[in-house]
Amino acid sequence: MTELPASTQKKLGLVIDLDTCVGCHACVISCKGWNTENYGAPLSDMDAYGADPSGTFLNRVHSYEITPAEGPAQLVHFPKSCLHCEDAPCVTVCPTGASYKRQEDGIVLVNESACIGCGLCAWACPYGARELDALEGVMKKCTLCVDRIYNENLPEEDRQPACVRTCPAGARHFGDLGDPDSDVSRLVAERGGMDLMPEQGTKPVNKYLPPRPKQDVSHDMDILAPFLEPVAEDPKGFLGWLDKALEKL
Amino acid sequence: MHPAPSVIIFTSFSGLGFGLLLFLGLGFPPVTGWVAFVFYAIAYALAVGGLLASAFHLGNPQRALKAFTQWKTSWLSREAWLSVMALLVMAVYAFCAVFLDTRLTVIGWIGAALSLLTVYSTSMIYGQLKTVPRWNQPLTPVHLLTLSIAGGALLAGQMTVAAALLALAAAVQVAHWQVGDGALKASGTNLATATGLGTPGSIRAFEPPHTGTNYLLKEFVHVVGRKHSRKLRMIALTLGYGLPVVLLIIPGAGHVLGLLAVISHVAGLVTSRWLFFAEAEHVVGLYYGKRSA
Ligand code: SF4
Ligand code: SF4
Ligand code: SF4
Repeated sequence: MTELPASTQKKLGLVIDLDTCVGCHACVISCKGWNTENYGAPLSDMDAYGADPSGTFLNRVHSYEITPAEGPAQLVHFPKSCLHCEDAPCVTVCPTGASYKRQEDGIVLVNESACIGCGLCAWACPYGARELDALEGVMKKCTLCVDRIYNENLPEEDRQPACVRTCPAGARHFGDLGDPDSDVSRLVAERGGMDLMPEQGTKPVNKYLPPRPKQDVSHDMDILAPFLEPVAEDPKGFLGWLDKALEKL
Repeated sequence: MHPAPSVIIFTSFSGLGFGLLLFLGLGFPPVTGWVAFVFYAIAYALAVGGLLASAFHLGNPQRALKAFTQWKTSWLSREAWLSVMALLVMAVYAFCAVFLDTRLTVIGWIGAALSLLTVYSTSMIYGQLKTVPRWNQPLTPVHLLTLSIAGGALLAGQMTVAAALLALAAAVQVAHWQVGDGALKASGTNLATATGLGTPGSIRAFEPPHTGTNYLLKEFVHVVGRKHSRKLRMIALTLGYGLPVVLLIIPGAGHVLGLLAVISHVAGLVTSRWLFFAEAEHVVGLYYGKRSA
C-alpha cells in the first residue's frame, strides 16, 4: 500500500562521509553488479558497446567544486542513492501500490510485478534516486541490499549493502538511524550529519557528513620556488657574449 | 521535463473531451437524437483517445488495472477512478439522450461534476509535485480547469460563453507563466541545499557522475531555451485564446468561423501544453549543475 507507515521500528540507512570519499566509483560498480544478479529485474544497459551507451544505476557519484570565501577551493565527491525518506513522496504518488515503505525497517522498495512503469514516483523524488529501466519498463531504486543485510547464507561481514562493503575509503556506513546509540547515529551527532534538500520535507533517513575544514596550506604552496629562481640575472662571460650575439641576429 | 507526445496528447485532448462532456451534461446544448450522437462521439473520442494515449508512456501497460488500487493517496489512481466513473455516468445520460430522446437531468449533472473532477485530478498529478516548483502552485489546477472548460464551451458551440471563458483562461495562463518563472527561486531549493555544501554561488558542479546520458537527464533535466519559450508563449496565446475569441465575437459567426476557432484553439492548446512540460524545471537538474538559481 502506498500509505506511509506512521512510524517504523527501525530506520535503516546509510551515512556517507563527504570528507573521506575519494570519488573512485567502486560503490557504483559493486551496486550495479549485485543488483543486476539479484533482487528483481537486472539493471540493463542500452547500446553498451555502441556510440551512445546508457544504463540503469542505483547509485551515482557527482563531484562538486566549492570555493570558500577564504582559502583554497575544494573538490567534494558526492555519492547519491535513495535516502529512504521517512516522508517519501515517491511512495504516496504511486497509483498501483508497487512503491512502499516497510514498517519493520523503513526501507523503501518497489514491487516490480505490480509496477506499471508510469514514472510518477521518479518525478516525485527530488534526488533523482529512481530510474525507470529501459528494458524491463519497471522502476528501479536502491533496496539497501535488502537481499544481503538479512541473508544468512552470506558470511556475517557481507551482511551489509554492497556499496558499504566495497568502499575502499571507508566513506560509507550502514546502520539503524532510528536508534540514537547506534554507531551511525553517534557518527551523525559527532560530525554534524545533514539532510539533503530539507526544505522538500522528505525527511531523509540517509545522512551526509560534511567535509572537515581544510588546513590553509596556500602559503606553503611554493616551497620549491626559491630553489628554482634564475641563478644569474645578468649573464657574463660566454653566456653574456651569446646573449648579445643572439640579440643582434 | 521531457515533453513526451503521449502525455501532451493525453492532457490536451482528454481535457477538451471532459470539458465538452461537462457542457453536454449540463444541457448546453440540450441535444437529443442524432445531433446528440455526433456531440457524444466527439467527446468520447477526445476523452478516451487521450486516456489511451497516456497508456503509451507506461513501461508495462498490461498491468494498468492495478492503477485503480491506491486512490487513498495517489492522484493518478484517483484520476483513473474519476475518469471511468465520468465516462460511465455520461454514457447512461448519452444513451438516453440519443436513443430515447430523454435527458436525465440529474444524471447529467452528476456526469458533469465527475468530468470536472477528472480534469482536477489530472491537474493535481502535476500540481502536487514539490520537485517541480513551476507546477507546485495553486494556479496549476486553475489553469488546466479553465482551459478545459473554455475548450469544452467552444466545442459545445456556446459562442458567447466560450469567448468569455477563453479570455478568463488566457488571464490565468499568463498568471501561471508569471508565477512559474519565479517558482524555482521562491522554492528555496538550490545546489547549496541539494548538497548541503557551501552557499549558492560558492559551489559548482564539477564533474557529472556519467559521461553519457541517462534516464534522469532525458526525463527531467532538459528545458526549452528562454528565447524559444517566449516565442512559443506568444504563439500559444494568439492561437489558443486570442484568435478564437476574435472569431467568436464576429457577429453572426457561423459554423465555418466556429470550426476555424476550434482548430486555432487546439493548435494553441497543444503549444501551451508542450511548454507546460518543456519549461518545467525539476530540482534534480540542480545536481547536474543545470539550474542557475
Ligand atoms: S530518496 Fe527519492 S526514491 Fe528514495 S525514498 Fe526519498 S523520495 Fe523516495
Ligand atoms: S513507476 Fe511503478 S513504482 Fe513508480 S509510481 Fe508508477 S507504478 Fe508506482
Ligand atoms: S566507493 Fe567509497 S570512496 Fe569510492 S566513490 Fe563510493 S563512497 Fe566514495
